[in-house]
Amino acid sequence: MGGILVYALHDDEGNFNKNSLGAISEAAKLAGELGTEAAAVVVGEIADDACAGLGAHGAAKVYRAKSAPEGLAQPIVDVMAKVIEDEGFSYALFGGGLLGFEIGAGLTARLNAGVTMEVTEVKAQDGKLVAERPVLQDSAIVDVGYVDEPGIIIGRLNAFDVQEGGGGTAEVVDVDVELSEWSTKAKMVTRGEQRGEEINIEDADILVGGGRGLGEADNFKLAEELAEALGGAVAATRAVVDAGWYPYSAQIGQTGKTVAPKLYLAAGISGAIQHKVGMQSSENILAINKDPNAPIFEFADLGVVGDLHKILPKLTEAVKAKKGG
Amino acid sequence: MKICCLVKEVPDAAVQKRIDQNTKRLDRSGEKNLNPFDTHGIEAAMQIREEGKAEVDEIVAVTMGPESAVRALHKAVALGADRSVHLTDEALAGSDVCATGYALAKTLESEQPDLVLLGQQSDDGECYTIGAVVADHLKMPSLTQVIKIEADAEKLVCERQAEYGYDTVEVQLPAVISVGDAINEPRYPSLKAIMGAKKKPLETHATGDVGIEADRVGEQGSKTQVLAINPPPEKEAGEIIEDEDTNETVEKVVAWLDERKLL
Repeated sequence: MGGILVYALHDDEGNFNKNSLGAISEAAKLAGELGTEAAAVVVGEIADDACAGLGAHGAAKVYRAKSAPEGLAQPIVDVMAKVIEDEGFSYALFGGGLLGFEIGAGLTARLNAGVTMEVTEVKAQDGKLVAERPVLQDSAIVDVGYVDEPGIIIGRLNAFDVQEGGGGTAEVVDVDVELSEWSTKAKMVTRGEQRGEEINIEDADILVGGGRGLGEADNFKLAEELAEALGGAVAATRAVVDAGWYPYSAQIGQTGKTVAPKLYLAAGISGAIQHKVGMQSSENILAINKDPNAPIFEFADLGVVGDLHKILPKLTEAVKAKKGG
Repeated sequence: MKICCLVKEVPDAAVQKRIDQNTKRLDRSGEKNLNPFDTHGIEAAMQIREEGKAEVDEIVAVTMGPESAVRALHKAVALGADRSVHLTDEALAGSDVCATGYALAKTLESEQPDLVLLGQQSDDGECYTIGAVVADHLKMPSLTQVIKIEADAEKLVCERQAEYGYDTVEVQLPAVISVGDAINEPRYPSLKAIMGAKKKPLETHATGDVGIEADRVGEQGSKTQVLAINPPPEKEAGEIIEDEDTNETVEKVVAWLDERKLL
């Protein structure tokens, strides 16, 4: 039985990603149940201490490929494929996030390995790992097993919680990997560019989230006025951020922020999984949408089917009146 | 330049989807449509052609699926593809991501494209993976979830959102790119294009025609196995208000907020 290998993503300052740390914690827990070890792969010039520090989350070993670049998937596929083959790992585990999907998929092809994505839970069963994956807008959960080793498991965003204080220090092993010819044909021009002003949505107790249903950028005013009346802030979906209606810093979901306010009021948001994973832990979810079949109504505590252009202004007035009186 | 667009037939969004408990596969009967994300891939190909910085000789729609998937190809051709290729074989049924990516890559190999475009996810599978699986088999660079492409004859400059903000990446051709729905607004096909779609060339391949090893596809060739299908944990259904009288609706919402001490 080989170990479980995790990819530890970091930003340009060398800070490890929370979802990666969660994946290491999860791998350590599962490795304990299987009687094996968890290890991590790190690329780029990350200091010994920082690598060894991953031991606190349960990594026994950290394989560091100093010359491989961070941020693009294919060089990391080269690194992980080599480590998996040389060291005989049985599983590769990824926390949520875009690169995990790409690296996991690349490994699938490279190693002719089974892959499961959007995984919300992993369990050890008869000495093997079984991945739980919600499908069809979370209306069913399938248990997926692996026919051969290695098995690739790609987690959903926030599926794995970060655990501190395990293990201690990880042994750091430098690996030298020759990159595939095609892995060097994509080059990062700029990474992590912020677009639009900086908005703090993570500390707000109340968030009004705006989606495509607002119709146009100007209508974010309606969300802003309501948020002001409620004493909260405004958040946005990826679709409207990509469309340039609202700043990236306010984006919730798969490639944005994760929030858990006391109230999340979703205005014109359909509730796709990519958004849901960033706000489903909110204490109270109120959704306003004109489409009665919008998935958001499946997990909203209160759903209003109607035209938000009519409802939001009146709601703002009513909230002001109630709070003033 | 030859662009291949990978397309997929998916159950219509309006149709209740379910899993067949006997075969443990998605029940793919019922109304079908072209995966909406793939229409953005075709539109991206059309825009590269129309922009003219790269000379696009041909746009080819490629799919893998049962006989009915021909309709998705017709739709792709109506949206702008010049011809289409259909990989269809009983042996492919039940293929997982690993097997599907391999089969598609073998089919693409026979076309030798300079660029492969596809939607970043499908309505039924919701996975971002197929593009990257195909790319590694083809030994091509790849990027997924792309929302902007500038193409010339040798390379693409692509933008996308990743974990820390927007990334801009230069990718040399040939390459495999999956696109998000923010990349463009797919055009509506003209009636003439819809009527003419069935007359455009359509090639049908079985696995052997494109060199697919039979033991690497289908249920037998798959590396994952569905062990069980369970309902999600019970969640108390939320209350739903149909807005008829907005004043009344707002009153109810305010009462709901007040009850939860959110005001």
